[in-house]
Amino acid sequence: MSLLSVISLSKTFDGVKAVQNVSFSVEPGVIYSVIGPNGAGKTTLFNLITGIYTPSQGDIRVDGASVIGKLPNELAALGVARTFQNLQICMNMDACENVMVGAHLRLDRNLFKAAFRFPALARRDRALKQEAEDLMRFVGLENYLTSRADSMPYGALKRLEIARALALKPRLLFLDEPAAGLNPRETLDVDGLVRKIADSGVTVVLVEHNMKMVMNLSDRILVMDYGKKLVEGTRDEVRHHPDVIAAYLGA
Amino acid sequence: MIRRYLGLYVVAVIIAVLPFLIPNGFYLDLAIRMGINAVIVLGLNLLIGFAGQISMGHAGFIGIGAFASAVLPTHFGWHPFVALVAGAVLAGSLAALVARPIFRLKGHYLAMATLGLGIIVNIVLRNEAKYTGGPDGMPVPPFTLFGFAIDSDKHWYWIVSVILMVSVWASINLMNSPFGRALRGLHGSEVAAQVVGVNVTRYKVAIFVMSAVFASLMGSVTAHYVGFVSPSLADFGHSIELITMVVVGGMASVFGSLVGAVLLTALPQALATFEGWETVAFGVILILCMIFMPKGLVPTLAARFGGRRE
Amino acid sequence: MLAQLLQYLFSGLTIGATYALAALGFTIIYNASGVINFAQGEFIMLGGMLAVYFTDAGLPMAVALPLAVLIPSLAGLLMARLTIEPIKGAETITLIIVTIGVSLVIRGAIQVWLGKGSHGLPAFSGDIPIRILGATLMPQSLWVLGVSALLVLGLWYFFNRTLSGKAMLATSFNRGAAELVGINTGRVLFISFAMSAGIGALGGILVTPITLTSFDAGVMFGLKGFVGAVVGGLGSGLGAVVGGLLVGVIEAFGAGFLSSSYKDAIPFILILFILFFMPRGLFGVKVTDRV
Repeated sequence: MSLLSVISLSKTFDGVKAVQNVSFSVEPGVIYSVIGPNGAGKTTLFNLITGIYTPSQGDIRVDGASVIGKLPNELAALGVARTFQNLQICMNMDACENVMVGAHLRLDRNLFKAAFRFPALARRDRALKQEAEDLMRFVGLENYLTSRADSMPYGALKRLEIARALALKPRLLFLDEPAAGLNPRETLDVDGLVRKIADSGVTVVLVEHNMKMVMNLSDRILVMDYGKKLVEGTRDEVRHHPDVIAAYLGA
Repeated sequence: MIRRYLGLYVVAVIIAVLPFLIPNGFYLDLAIRMGINAVIVLGLNLLIGFAGQISMGHAGFIGIGAFASAVLPTHFGWHPFVALVAGAVLAGSLAALVARPIFRLKGHYLAMATLGLGIIVNIVLRNEAKYTGGPDGMPVPPFTLFGFAIDSDKHWYWIVSVILMVSVWASINLMNSPFGRALRGLHGSEVAAQVVGVNVTRYKVAIFVMSAVFASLMGSVTAHYVGFVSPSLADFGHSIELITMVVVGGMASVFGSLVGAVLLTALPQALATFEGWETVAFGVILILCMIFMPKGLVPTLAARFGGRRE
Repeated sequence: MLAQLLQYLFSGLTIGATYALAALGFTIIYNASGVINFAQGEFIMLGGMLAVYFTDAGLPMAVALPLAVLIPSLAGLLMARLTIEPIKGAETITLIIVTIGVSLVIRGAIQVWLGKGSHGLPAFSGDIPIRILGATLMPQSLWVLGVSALLVLGLWYFFNRTLSGKAMLATSFNRGAAELVGINTGRVLFISFAMSAGIGALGGILVTPITLTSFDAGVMFGLKGFVGAVVGGLGSGLGAVVGGLLVGVIEAFGAGFLSSSYKDAIPFILILFILFFMPRGLFGVKVTDRV
């Protein structure tokens, strides 16, 4: 069964059709990319699948069960994690705390046990801190283990978002332009990181403009234009498809 | 781990030596009122500073606690302890009832709704004169526990001190726990908190109810300590005073709450020499503080002197 | 019965017109700067108190009243320049605290200067009531309603037909874009505060012969004006006018039929109901967050 199935999905904002009748499915263990020009509806698609927007029409299924109407936190409980194109870092917290928030659902969140610092909870919290630091090392943030989030450079914050999403222990990870705004060197690092994440067993859905990275990583690619599905297939199918060449080269 | 509680030890030392330095009853009374305000402000800061949600009607909850402790024992013969719990339950339930719909709203709407709630409580207290004594207020019987009446200022000093210490300790713990990080997280980015699984409405409601209960309990303590309650405890001006303490001391700062409460409780005394100008002076201090230290005293000073923020 | 209903309606509309002007003040400043100005009520008080002071000092109405509008406007301008501009873009709560600070300064200063007593003004066209279907309408109410209506029309013209007004509207939609096309958003801020203060003061003057005024009269006027602005959906000019009038009328009917001692609670009960069931007010715009 597909891990994620999107079926005839549409979203309209005040008459503007941002996503129109898009269908695709993502098998477990793959890296799946969504590409297309700016305004093609890629981020809207992500927002629909992760519960931030409610679709106008169509269905979204995780493990075959419809998730329409579920809130983002309910989707998180199903193992769906994501990062944001416009950074959503909690600047009022330490970098490490940002990652620790990511583990929210796996923790004992009882208010009273927390206030009176029950020993079991305190122990678990210390273990969590260790875990969060390991995740920061995993994404290459070993130099920022004690930093405040608001003192970190842009590139590091993008990785911090990935670490936070990984703290959820997701099955399905949505990365919204992880390489946007990065220099070539950093982009290469992110390329390697996404591969490492996929190798650890997380299914990755990627929105990205960097074609080299997309072609290097993706098992399958969905090309969108004006909110519609243009082409879907393996990277070779997509690379040589006349419509894609036309859309990208403007021919 | 030790550093986390460093400030708590400092507070403990101050509390322990203060009674020996205080020259007379006037200052003891001031110290007790500072302590009471500090606990309320701490609870409010969890809501405003840490979770980023405004309440402009918090004095209403203080009023509920204070009048529960005055009305229930006086008119219905309830034991003061039961009355105190009843007040807290009432304040908490009212907060919970109102919070669910309110916390779907943002910023200014939230300010409006909480403000309205506080004003309604205040007007009810003023109008139900048969029970509350109306605008003039009413006396409160002393608090008794196991047959002992707590009626000396010395007793109250130690009781308030213990409450304060426990509150500070619990607040530090709470904010460094999964619960607290979720709250601070939704302040930093609501959508980010949501996508990692935080049920944001539930957390906002929980902290709002908790700080309402804090306020109600301390309202009861105030009532028994002063021996008298009046509806002005619950008025808009008092709500504003409390927010001011949060903001001047430092949002999202546990020790900022204490500093804010101490300074602004003392301020009217210090300004009493200004003969009628105290309102103006209070206003000017507020404005200057917000313009030159928008983060509040404690965080600003901590940053200035390179200290780690608590 | 009809006479009684009519009577409540008259007094509700009269006081509601003042709330509407206060609500417009909130709306204009909110649109120009995103600030909720908790000092708005003080400008209403300032208008009334200054009008009393100048007429007591022997100035003719024709001089006293314009002065009582002009001085609060200048105070509004000063407030924007000294307290709001320096902290542009601060957190909502910081801005709210600053405006509360300003309200304390104004209220405290008036208390020291003019004392704690209540003051009235003579009605502009005498006290002979007009009888309509058994209800009485004071001529002063006509003044309140008439001037408010003119003011609303004037504001509508300003925001929809003049360049400065359109510039202010543009700023409220998108500050960045407004700056790009050369609108001086700093000036927009100053104008909005001066205008709101002036409008509030005018309302305060008009209503003083009916309700009396004192140094602390501004608090409730301000809060109820805020209720009016939120009832109408924060940011909507039409909403503010309708909201303010509605608050006044419901308050008058509530006081008449339910309980006059709970009069002041009625607007706040109303706002809680509206926020529960129509979270964006009657005319509010739906905002979608961008992620």
